Amino acid sequence: MAKPKVAFYWCASCGGCEETVVDLAEDILKVVAAVDIALWPVAIDIKLKDVQAWKPGDVAVAFINGAVRLSEQEEWVKLLREKCSLIVAFGSCAHIGGIPGLANATTKEQIFANKYHLSPTINNPNGTVPQEHSKVDNYDLELPFFWKDVKTLDQVIDVDYYLPGCPPPPNLVAEAVNAILEGKLPPKGSVLAPEKALCESCPRNETKPDDLTIASFKRVSTSTPDPEKCFLAEGYLCMGPATRSGCGERCINGNMPCRGCFGPTPDALDAGLKLLSAIASRGKADTTESSQVLADSLADPLGTLYRFSLPASLLRRRLVDLHENS
Amino acid sequence: MANESFEPKIVGFLCRWCSYTGADLAGTSRIQYPPNLAAIRVMCSGRVDPTFVVKALRDGADGVLIAGCHPGDCHYAEGNYKAMRRFPMLLNLLDQFGIERERVRLEWISASEGDLFAQLVKQFTEQLRKLGPLNWQERIEALCTNL
Ligand code: SF4
Ligand code: SF4
Repeated sequence: MAKPKVAFYWCASCGGCEETVVDLAEDILKVVAAVDIALWPVAIDIKLKDVQAWKPGDVAVAFINGAVRLSEQEEWVKLLREKCSLIVAFGSCAHIGGIPGLANATTKEQIFANKYHLSPTINNPNGTVPQEHSKVDNYDLELPFFWKDVKTLDQVIDVDYYLPGCPPPPNLVAEAVNAILEGKLPPKGSVLAPEKALCESCPRNETKPDDLTIASFKRVSTSTPDPEKCFLAEGYLCMGPATRSGCGERCINGNMPCRGCFGPTPDALDAGLKLLSAIASRGKADTTESSQVLADSLADPLGTLYRFSLPASLLRRRLVDLHENS
Repeated sequence: MANESFEPKIVGFLCRWCSYTGADLAGTSRIQYPPNLAAIRVMCSGRVDPTFVVKALRDGADGVLIAGCHPGDCHYAEGNYKAMRRFPMLLNLLDQFGIERERVRLEWISASEGDLFAQLVKQFTEQLRKLGPLNWQERIEALCTNL
């Protein structure tokens, strides 16, 4: 019997998700023995026209990482949806927007202005900006179109499963691959990770207080957390209470509060608001003024509460008027 | 954006012990106030999850009022302090989302302050009329289409 074919593809991503496949270590040999890799841009040279020639269903599953921002990425993921039986959103960016999704806190125009004109390290005397169409030495050149907005994979195509994490840990990847090979998958739309909040598996859970005594937040950039105490007990914002577990407490063990890369627990409509509600309501402040001090000590609440999930959040992005944004 | 004929839609989360009773009193005392506020009775201002406020704004409200008992008077001892602590953090967050902080208010209204409630709704309605419609859905759709 022919081995099932799998595809890997990347969109707006950093390469870390490719790394996690390599991090399967010896297990990758089992994967390679069980499947044929039909597409993997980081490792093998397959062109768009090759994929266009596939028949629908030829490929059992595509693992797609990265958020979607370019017209080219849209074209590829739509094509993969057509040709592959299953689509797995692989990693935080495909799942909930990830770090590239933070671009939704600003606008395309501001990004281009910074990148090509304003940044102090830019030397661009002619004010050159990449164009979709240009002519160089009589050649017509084309670049993908840069959208106004960053999207999660399921905001562009139908997604069957989600593998969370930045990047997903190798054991979850291996379990997912096995489940697919053995046909033992949970209902469509499932996130292939535990449902409980990170706090429940956190080694620091014992010191997690019922009532917080935070009068103002500390930042890891300006002070060093105790290596054993619950971060919230010490006044560092930790996304653990609103974040799905299954990561292996990687950040916690590195003495970093959770930043929320696994996305919200199933009961949270919006991880950022859930956490805001939990921490703010239990902080230490009982006047309007001290509440303001507590709030203002959390620099950049949007970037902190939605570090990985802005495009998937209830409010999705910064609202600007189109005339500001054209 | 200011538009004299624009009628802002306000969602009011009113705690049943104080503010909802205050609103009731405004009604039974026949104090006139604009019909722009849709009142939702909640057990306590501390029960108003920021998610409710955000959902109201997403789903078409131009403004949201959270009203509870005066500090010290909460039926559940300190629910309104929770509301008080969440509120400035929510406003800081809405700022970054590009939603004007003037669209959300937290006020203390006791059961006997019917006139204060009426005044507040009047004043908030005028404030929102000046700000203009939020129109979240339409504006976000325009921003998210791929062109
Ligand atoms: S808040 Fe953070 S440090 Fe504390 S128990 Fe939860 S995950 Fe662990
Ligand atoms: S601790 Fe939080 S941010 Fe770190 S890997 Fe786990 S889920 Fe992701």
